Amino acid sequence: MTALAPEIHHLTGHDVARARRERRRRRALVTGVLGVLVVVVYAASLMVGQTFYGPDEVWAVLRGETVPGASFTVGELRLPRASMAVLTGAAFGLAGVTFQTMLRNPLASPDVIGISSGASAAAVVALVVLELSSTATSVVAILAALATALMIYALAFKDGVVGSRLILIGIGVAAMLDSVVAYVIVRAAQWDLQVAMRWLTGSLNNATWDQVAPLAIAVVVAAPVLLSQARALELLQHGDDSAASLGVPVERTRLLCICTAVVLIAFATAASGPIAFVAFLAGPIAARVVGPGGSLMVPAALVGALLVLTADLAGQFAFDARYPVGVITGVLGAPYLVYLLVRTHRSGGSL
Amino acid sequence: MTDTHSLEVRGVTLGYADRTVVEDLDLALAPGRITCIVGANACGKSTVLRSMARLLKPRGGQVVLDGHDLHALPTKQVARTLGLLPQSPVAPEGIVVADLVARGRHPHQGALARWTREDDKAVAEALELTGTAEIAERSVDELSGGQRQRVWIAMVLAQQTDLLLLDEPTTFLDVAHQVEVLDLLTDLNRARGTTIAMVLHDLNLAARYADRLVALRAGRLHAAGDPADVLTADVVRDVFGMESQVVPDPVSGRPIVLPIGRHHVRPAVVSGTAAGVSAASAAGS
Repeated sequence: MTALAPEIHHLTGHDVARARRERRRRRALVTGVLGVLVVVVYAASLMVGQTFYGPDEVWAVLRGETVPGASFTVGELRLPRASMAVLTGAAFGLAGVTFQTMLRNPLASPDVIGISSGASAAAVVALVVLELSSTATSVVAILAALATALMIYALAFKDGVVGSRLILIGIGVAAMLDSVVAYVIVRAAQWDLQVAMRWLTGSLNNATWDQVAPLAIAVVVAAPVLLSQARALELLQHGDDSAASLGVPVERTRLLCICTAVVLIAFATAASGPIAFVAFLAGPIAARVVGPGGSLMVPAALVGALLVLTADLAGQFAFDARYPVGVITGVLGAPYLVYLLVRTHRSGGSL
Repeated sequence: MTDTHSLEVRGVTLGYADRTVVEDLDLALAPGRITCIVGANACGKSTVLRSMARLLKPRGGQVVLDGHDLHALPTKQVARTLGLLPQSPVAPEGIVVADLVARGRHPHQGALARWTREDDKAVAEALELTGTAEIAERSVDELSGGQRQRVWIAMVLAQQTDLLLLDEPTTFLDVAHQVEVLDLLTDLNRARGTTIAMVLHDLNLAARYADRLVALRAGRLHAAGDPADVLTADVVRDVFGMESQVVPDPVSGRPIVLPIGRHHVRPAVVSGTAAGVSAASAAGS
């Protein structure tokens, strides 16, 4: 709560303005802390592993010096892996919160309503069956993700799109596309557990700079586009009519946000597989942490990055066996999904 | 905010998908006055309001704001002149009243938004006018229906538009809160000269608060003018398909409609509905 308790009457405009600035400062502070945490965990994931390298050795590698052992382990293994974790986490978080805000429902994240599954199914077909390059795979994944989004939208359309209908249809589409992934993996000639896990739950194993580069470009291009729509998206939460009367070009904003978010999902999925529930979890966690009333985009991107970084570290070192990152995020996300479904059911909503 | 804006619909035809709701309607809002639009369910009241707010493009005819085609004007420019409170806007979960009201400033901010002192002033004024200043730091979720409606009105006030359209601003409110909201809108109309148009369900409240009453019937203009002239038993029969007596309201002197249903009607009334009509014309004189 803020310093101003509700029982204080006759708040002046000055008080309101001050409280407002106070809230903004708090949000900025919390966002800053999230940013610092991302940097800290990123640094940690460069240092720890089979062999520990201190900050000075890691720094030397980052500067491009040749350090025996570290140059390979840190420069070629850990650095692309950690960078990929940050980029996929940010991309999933940003795209997820965009969908959740736009459709006014935390269940409406792209990994629940099948858009990630569309990208994943296309990517696995492109890589395993057609044996395309990673760039071509990204392109196929984007097209498939857009097509999936379009298909879900078309199937859910009847006198406008209702959030709950879209979500139910999306869940069905997701199940269908996930079975495509499973089918391709089972039928693949070179049966490979790593590949299978990557396309089923997402994994950062064997991350290379070749995979990181297209994703990095996508994030650098798409993130500012989405951030520029942050305020319009907030107003869309009131409903289309209210948003339009406040000067938001509703259709244009929605189209731009959907396309940009789908591009992010597709690139991230092509790089790492559909890391389970990151898009779904990042927004709601960010909302709890920074509080209501402002855009959640930057906090959700940071929470996403933090989630993937931490889950990947935990998956590698916290247990006796090594688990891909998606297994850990899946364990976190599934109970939350159940909780949300139970809560909406109890409150009488159809979803 | 001294110049008065004009908003009128000229021969508009409106509809959704394959359904035509409103046909060839002409209606001009009286500048600086309060207009109430009444009519039976599905007669097109809200549809007309939505077209005036630029939310629905007419199939034929034009909506004209200050001499320009409303649908050709930039969205943000329209939003600085014309505010709308839709029927059931949704407050984002957990949002604080002051933050929601602040969102009304959106049309006044550029792409690189800087919150200015003027924005602070507009928000403070809106909170003050609607009596929501003391709940400014509370979460919208925990407010009562009446308080919440005042907060939404505060948001459209922060938008500082000379024209204000409201779609059934009193639905879901108890009678005391209905009167409170309509009083508030009247205050606003008198203090700032804001032109107000609203769709109202309650005929009697519409007759009491309107400077000008517009009755729609099946998507066409049936009657428009001073409430005392418009609200007669004949009009009520034509528009709602219901018998009634219209008598002068002892509180306001405006006409008040007393419905005549099949039950709880005194025998003398059933035979003497004509008396009701004459009472209405007495109220009109």
